Amino acid sequence: MRFVPRVVRARDGRFLLELPREERDVLRTLPAQLRELLAEEGDPALRRLFPPAYADDPEREADFREMVRDDLVEAKLAAIATMEATIDAERLTEEELLAWLGALNDLRLVLGTRLDVSEETGFGDFEGDAREGVAALYWYLGALEEDVVEALAGRERA
Amino acid sequence: MSVAPAEIDRPSGQDVVEPDVPWVVIVWNDPINLMSYVTWVFQKLFGYSRDKATKLMLDVHHKGKAVVSNGPKERAESDVARLHAHGLWATMQKDR
Repeated sequence: MRFVPRVVRARDGRFLLELPREERDVLRTLPAQLRELLAEEGDPALRRLFPPAYADDPEREADFREMVRDDLVEAKLAAIATMEATIDAERLTEEELLAWLGALNDLRLVLGTRLDVSEETGFGDFEGDAREGVAALYWYLGALEEDVVEALAGRERA
Repeated sequence: MSVAPAEIDRPSGQDVVEPDVPWVVIVWNDPINLMSYVTWVFQKLFGYSRDKATKLMLDVHHKGKAVVSNGPKERAESDVARLHAHGLWATMQKDR
């Protein structure tokens, strides 16, 4: 349990990013990995990033996919680039924090899919497992994302 | 299974005149997205109050899905695309 949130809304409308060095060093490798994965297109870990709009209508689904796919990928790449460029920042604008949130959520969707998590899955299920490191990263990103959402949704606290 | 006769033209989606039935946008439960995040997305995308967004999130969580918006096809597609851009598992179908 933590008592100090990592992300706090400041009075100037920006957000303080109180991340220790070691956490930033973990985070800084992730945007490039996500970018590489997005270029793979066929990787099953990407399934949750591009869900179908029409579950039972392949023809409409193909049209929808063609219409939105490029914009969706472009938005993801832009968020990745922003997170990468601001990885050592102590303050983020709301727009930058939203980019972090997008990239963090995409990373969790990829890792959670790879780990095949269910609602009952906990970190303990992976202890001693070859996937323990990935699981630790998945739950860490969840805690960080929780702080980001709290800061965006809540009132200013600094 | 059987092979369809080749000479018959299948109707393409555009040729069919559809009754004016609204579409519903459904968000499905998933084990990855955070409850707080899903609530925040509903508030941000649809302008829902925190109470309404929380209720919808809990419906998704407990009932497995919830209708989060409805309207004509283009509007529903736009909502689905925005939900997908936020990593939510959204689909759309004709309201019945």
